[in-house]
Amino acid sequence: MKGFLPLFVALPLAGAFLIPLATKIKKWLGVLLANIVTASLLGLSVLGIMETFWGKIIVYQIGGHHPTLGIIFAFDSLSALIVLLIGLVAFSALLFSVRYTDKFTGVGKFYSLVMLLLAGMNGVALTGDLFNLFVFLEISAIASYALVSFGINDKELEAGFKYMVLGEVGGLFILLGIALLYSATGTLNMADLANTLTNLPKTPIVWFILGIFLFGFMIKSAVIPFHTWLPDAYQYAPASISALLAGVFSKVIGIYALVRITFNIFNLSPKTAPVFFNLLLYLGVGSLITGGFLALNQNNYKKILSYSCISQIGYIFVGLGIGNYWGITGALFFILAHALTKGLLFLTAGDVEHKLNTTDLAGIKGLRDRMPTTSWSLIIGLLSLSGVPPLPGFFAKLLIIIGALAAHLYLVAIICSLYSTLTLAYLLKIWQPIAGKSESTLGYPGRAAEIPTMTSAILFLVVVVIIFGIGFKPALTWIVEPAATALLRGIGYAKIILGG
Amino acid sequence: MILFIACIGLFLIGIYAVATKRNLIKIAIGFCMMEYAVNLLFAFIGFKKNALAPIITSQTLERNFVDPIPQALVLTSIVIGLGTTALILSLIVRIYEKYKTLDIKEIRKLRG
Amino acid sequence: MNMTQGQEKPRGMTIIVKNITRLIAGFIFLYGVYIVFHGHLTPGGGFAGGVVIAGSFILLILAFGSQEITEKVSYSFSSLFESLGGIFFLIIALLGAIAGFYFFWNLLPKGTPLRLISSGIILPANIAIGIKVGAGLFAIFLALAATKYIMEE
Repeated sequence: MKGFLPLFVALPLAGAFLIPLATKIKKWLGVLLANIVTASLLGLSVLGIMETFWGKIIVYQIGGHHPTLGIIFAFDSLSALIVLLIGLVAFSALLFSVRYTDKFTGVGKFYSLVMLLLAGMNGVALTGDLFNLFVFLEISAIASYALVSFGINDKELEAGFKYMVLGEVGGLFILLGIALLYSATGTLNMADLANTLTNLPKTPIVWFILGIFLFGFMIKSAVIPFHTWLPDAYQYAPASISALLAGVFSKVIGIYALVRITFNIFNLSPKTAPVFFNLLLYLGVGSLITGGFLALNQNNYKKILSYSCISQIGYIFVGLGIGNYWGITGALFFILAHALTKGLLFLTAGDVEHKLNTTDLAGIKGLRDRMPTTSWSLIIGLLSLSGVPPLPGFFAKLLIIIGALAAHLYLVAIICSLYSTLTLAYLLKIWQPIAGKSESTLGYPGRAAEIPTMTSAILFLVVVVIIFGIGFKPALTWIVEPAATALLRGIGYAKIILGG
Repeated sequence: MILFIACIGLFLIGIYAVATKRNLIKIAIGFCMMEYAVNLLFAFIGFKKNALAPIITSQTLERNFVDPIPQALVLTSIVIGLGTTALILSLIVRIYEKYKTLDIKEIRKLRG
Repeated sequence: MNMTQGQEKPRGMTIIVKNITRLIAGFIFLYGVYIVFHGHLTPGGGFAGGVVIAGSFILLILAFGSQEITEKVSYSFSSLFESLGGIFFLIIALLGAIAGFYFFWNLLPKGTPLRLISSGIILPANIAIGIKVGAGLFAIFLALAATKYIMEE
C-alpha cells in the first residue's frame, strides 16, 4: 500500500503541465482540474495519517534503487502532519480562488504556478534525500516569487523583488551547507548521513555547517533580523496566495526542513548541544517581542496579520528551543493551529478586499452588518489566534508554557504569558471597527452580495478550526504526538529506514 | 586548497554586490555570481588527483574516475539558477516599466 | 525611407548576417538534437541539448527581427510544446508505476552498452527534457523581447 507516495508530487506536477492546455480549450476546465487535484491531495493525506499512525516509516525507492544509491521518499508521522496541513489549506485556498482570480488575466498560469508550489511543498515534506530537499525547496520558492508579484502593479513588483533577492540568498546558503556536508561525509541520503555523522568526531566543521544551515533557514522562515521581506510580500500578494504562503509555505520550508536536519540528521538534543537550543530560544523570544510591538503601529488589516506571523513563528522557535517533549509537541500543535488560523484570516481578508476594495482599518467599520458570515468567521479566527479556549490556539500556547516550566525556564514562561496580552492588544485593533456600528462612510451600507465558493471555502476552514479546538485530545493523540515521537527519536529514523 | 578560497572569495564578492550596490542590474549580477561560486565549489568537491572524467567509453571501462555525483548535482543546480535568473530579470524589466528608474533607493513606495 | 510612421524601417541585422544565419541555423539545431540523443554516451543530455536548440531559434530572431519569426513560431506555439514535453516526461515516469514496479523504473529493454539504443528509459526522457527546455527557453526569450517591443511604442 505504498504506491500512493509519489502521487503527492506527481498529481500536482501533472496538473501544472495540463492546466495551461486545458485553459486554452475552456477556462473553467482548468479551474475544475486544479480543484480536483487539491481535493485528491487532501484525501491522500488523510490516508497517509492513518497509514503511519503506529510509528512506522513508509519507504518508497524511486526507480527501485537501494536507499544509499538512489533517492527515497520516507514518509513518517511528521511528514503526515505537514502533508495534512498542506492539503487542508490548499483545498480551501483554491476553492476561494475560483472567483477571486476573475480580476487576473492569464488564469491558467496562476493555477499552474500554484500546482508547482504544492508539488514542491509536498516534495519537501516527503523526501529522504538532502539534495532532493533542496531541489523541491527551490521549485516551490521560485513559484512563490512569481505568485507574489502576480497582479503586476508597482507595489507588488517591488515587494516581490525584495522577497526574491532575500529568499534566494537564503537558498544559496542552504546549498553551500549541503555542499560542505557532502564533502565531510560522502553521502546525501538522510538516514545514511545520520549514521555517518554519529561516527564523526564533533569537529568545528560540523558546527560551522550547522550554523550555515541555520542562517539559511532563518532567512527563509523570517525570524529577526531577516524578517523584512515578510510584511510587504504577504500584504501585496493575492489573498489566496497569502493564505497558502503564511499558512504552510513558511512552516514547511523554514521550520520543517530545519527541524528534520537538526533532530534526525545531526541528532541534537538540549543536553548535547545547549548552545544551539539557547540560540533558538533567543531568536524566538526576539521575534515574539519584535513582531508584537511592530504590529501595534499598523493601520492595515493585512499588515497586522503579517506582523503577527513574525511573532507566531517566534513562538514556534521558542517551543523548539525548549527541546523537551512538551516543547516539541507544543511547537507542532502550534504549527497546526497557526496554519489553519492564518489561512482562515487571510482568506477573510481577501473576501473583504474583493467586495469592499480596501483593507484599511478605517474602511472596514461596521463589517458585522455588511458581511455577517465573513465577520463571524473573522472573529473566530481572531479568538483562535489570541488563545481563547476551546479553540486550538489556546491549547498550543498552553503546551509550550508547560514545556517551559518543565525545563525550568521560568523567564521564558513569563514572557510567553505576557506576550498573549500583546497579541490580544493588536487583535483588538481589528476587532473594534468590525463589531461597531456601521457608519455611512461607504455610501449605502447594505449587505454585500455573497459569493458561494468564497464563503464555502472560508466556512470550511472555520469548521476545521473548531473541530481541532474541541477535539483537541484526539487530535493530539492521533496526529501530533506521533509526529513529536518521530522527531524526538532522532537516530531511530535512520535505523528504521536502513533496516536496523 | 587555493580553489576553495577563490570560490569563497567569489561568494563574498557576490554578497557585497547584492548588499551595497544601488543599480538593480548590478544586484542581479552579484546574485548570479553567488550562484556560480556555490556551483563551482560543489563541482570541485569530487576532485581526485590523477583521475579521469567520469565517462565510460570502450577504452576506459575500469579506471579511476572523479566523483560523478557532484557533477550531476551541479547540473541540477545550474538549471535552478537559470530559472531564478530569468525570473529576476523579468521582474527588473517590469519594475523599470512602472518606476522608470533602476535605482533601488528610488523604489521605496513601501515603508515595510 | 521613412514614409509612413517608420513602418518601412528595415528590421533585423545586415544582409551578411542574414545569409550566414540562413545557412547555419539548421546545423545548430541538428547539433542540439545530436547532444540530446547521445545523452547517455557523451556529456550533455537533455538540458544542454535543449539550450542549444533554443539557441538556434534565438539566433533566427536576432538576425531577422522578432516580428517576422513570431509569425511562424509564435509564443503560444512554444508554450504548447513546453507543456507537451512535460506531459511526455511525466508519462514516461508513470509507466513504471502503472506496470507494478516503482516510479521511474527502467522498463524499456536495455540493449548492448555503448550503443545508441541502450539504457532503457534514459533516451526518451532526454528527448522529452530537450523539447521542454528548448521550448521553454525560447518562450522566456520571446517574453523578454516582446516587452521591449511594447515599451518602444
